[in-house]
Amino acid sequence: MSIDVETARRVAKLARIQVDEHDLPALAGELSNILGFMEQLNEVDVTGVEPMTSVTPMRLKRRADVVTDGNIQELVLKNAPDAREGFFAVPKVVE
Amino acid sequence: MSNANELTIAAARDKLRAGDLSAVDLTMACLTAMDAGDTLGAFVHKTPEIALEQARAADARLQAGGAPDLCGIPLGIKDLFCTKGVPSQAASNILAGFKPEYESTVTAKLFDAGAVMLGKLNMDEFAMGSSNESSCYGPVVNPWRSDDRELSPGGSSGGSAAAVAGDLCLAATGTDTGGSIRQPAAFCGIVGIKPTYGRVSRWGIIAYASSLDQAGPMTKSVRDAAILLGAMAGHDPKDSTSADLPVPDFEAALTGDIRGKKIGIPREYRVAGMRPEIQKIWDKGAEMLRDAGAEIVEVSLPHTKYALPAYYVIAPAEASSNLARYDGVRYGHRAKLAAGDGITEMYEKTRAEGFGAEVQRRVMIGTYVLSAGFYDAYYNRARKVRALIKRDFEQAFAAGVDAILTPATPTPAFGLGEMSSADPVEMYLNDVFTVTLNLAGLPGVSVPVGLDADGLPLGLQLIGRPWEEGELLNHAYVLERAAGFVAKPQKWW
Repeated sequence: MSIDVETARRVAKLARIQVDEHDLPALAGELSNILGFMEQLNEVDVTGVEPMTSVTPMRLKRRADVVTDGNIQELVLKNAPDAREGFFAVPKVVE
Repeated sequence: MSNANELTIAAARDKLRAGDLSAVDLTMACLTAMDAGDTLGAFVHKTPEIALEQARAADARLQAGGAPDLCGIPLGIKDLFCTKGVPSQAASNILAGFKPEYESTVTAKLFDAGAVMLGKLNMDEFAMGSSNESSCYGPVVNPWRSDDRELSPGGSSGGSAAAVAGDLCLAATGTDTGGSIRQPAAFCGIVGIKPTYGRVSRWGIIAYASSLDQAGPMTKSVRDAAILLGAMAGHDPKDSTSADLPVPDFEAALTGDIRGKKIGIPREYRVAGMRPEIQKIWDKGAEMLRDAGAEIVEVSLPHTKYALPAYYVIAPAEASSNLARYDGVRYGHRAKLAAGDGITEMYEKTRAEGFGAEVQRRVMIGTYVLSAGFYDAYYNRARKVRALIKRDFEQAFAAGVDAILTPATPTPAFGLGEMSSADPVEMYLNDVFTVTLNLAGLPGVSVPVGLDADGLPLGLQLIGRPWEEGELLNHAYVLERAAGFVAKPQKWW
């Protein structure tokens, strides 16, 4: 599977990573190489094999659906690049 | 003791308890060694005030009696662990300035046991790498050298391995997603164990690939690994994948007796083009275990060849999801925006500026293999192959094998920059012997066994049954004693 420049542009967009137009051909080449490496997986007969969902066979624990912490708004916002009036601030989303 | 920083945990513990050494003096010796070791680039955020405060508290606790094993033991902490009020940025620019308001479960347990934190250790960015060259802080230099080249300490826990090998600390924490504890341990001539998946809580450890990530100790001896693992392990309600199993006394498991045990040698690990020195040390290790009374048998792990390609689908897929949280909103870096930029430009510019090349590559690969139309062809197929890789090991253990012996790495430490021109896939091959265990969730330990012709350390890996870290460490202990590896890097820094 070879990745063309258009696909590389689309993947970068999906990943929300800005890639300059002139870097796209190199990126496409790198991604193609890595995917080529993965093609080996097609040699394996996986008929009847279930995809692994958990590496250790154990049931996830359950707990009561209750609040275990809270009232730490200040701590939650402390590392934000832009926090105002108790909120995370971002560029305008709605016109 | 002016050279107390060279002690093992076990030796320091005994001296601290006997009152022959104070935690403050031990910590001072390490702080001095840490500052003198700046050229190695291992420590990236130093915390001497915290260290001395913890050391004073440890001395009080030691005097009161009944202090835990780690009381007063100075450690380095990989930058991947969130430590309250101390920069924790996974060696990434995207987490520049991030100081967590919480403590990871592992570091909280270590501090409760009286351990002393000297500072945070360098690593590959988001633990993605095998050479510690993808760090935003710059590379780590291996304390070992064979000529005037600077060598890589391996990665991703390269800072941890270099700090322990260079005696900047007594031991360090590491994490291992595809070999990130065991490969740097082998490159730096120290011991490193990746426990069974679920043995150690992942809470508060910055996530790379959640189904593969596991933290573990990096130490100067197998006994130290047993002590430190015991303190790191245990069930944590905050990590739903952490196992609710009792933590055995791993140190007590080190009997040195492996008579009658069966050690498997997997024929598929004899990869084409294996270096003669690696083959030689592997044969030598098998001979040592045989001399100790174990039976050596050949085993087959037929899907070994597909472990790396499966890993490079699964790990990036999980990484692309985990790293979606770095969006410039809640923590870390946000790009400067131009007039008219909206929220999408904020995300795209922030992530382009904040993530390094390898991280961007893996996030995009992960995005691609999870995207509509390719999910079955790549991700689901990789998860099926992963099930087969695990089955290979289950069949070997079911046939009565107690542990499996393999090389830890395909080569000794390589030079910094030597892999930079290579295809990314070339770098991935470093994990060929270690990555299978992460996919199967099994414990594995890297033990230094000898030196190559250039005087660089070579390590072997032992693989154990799930939840049998005690027995695994006992095998490692036998190997360690038989190998009598005492070489240290000559101090040039």
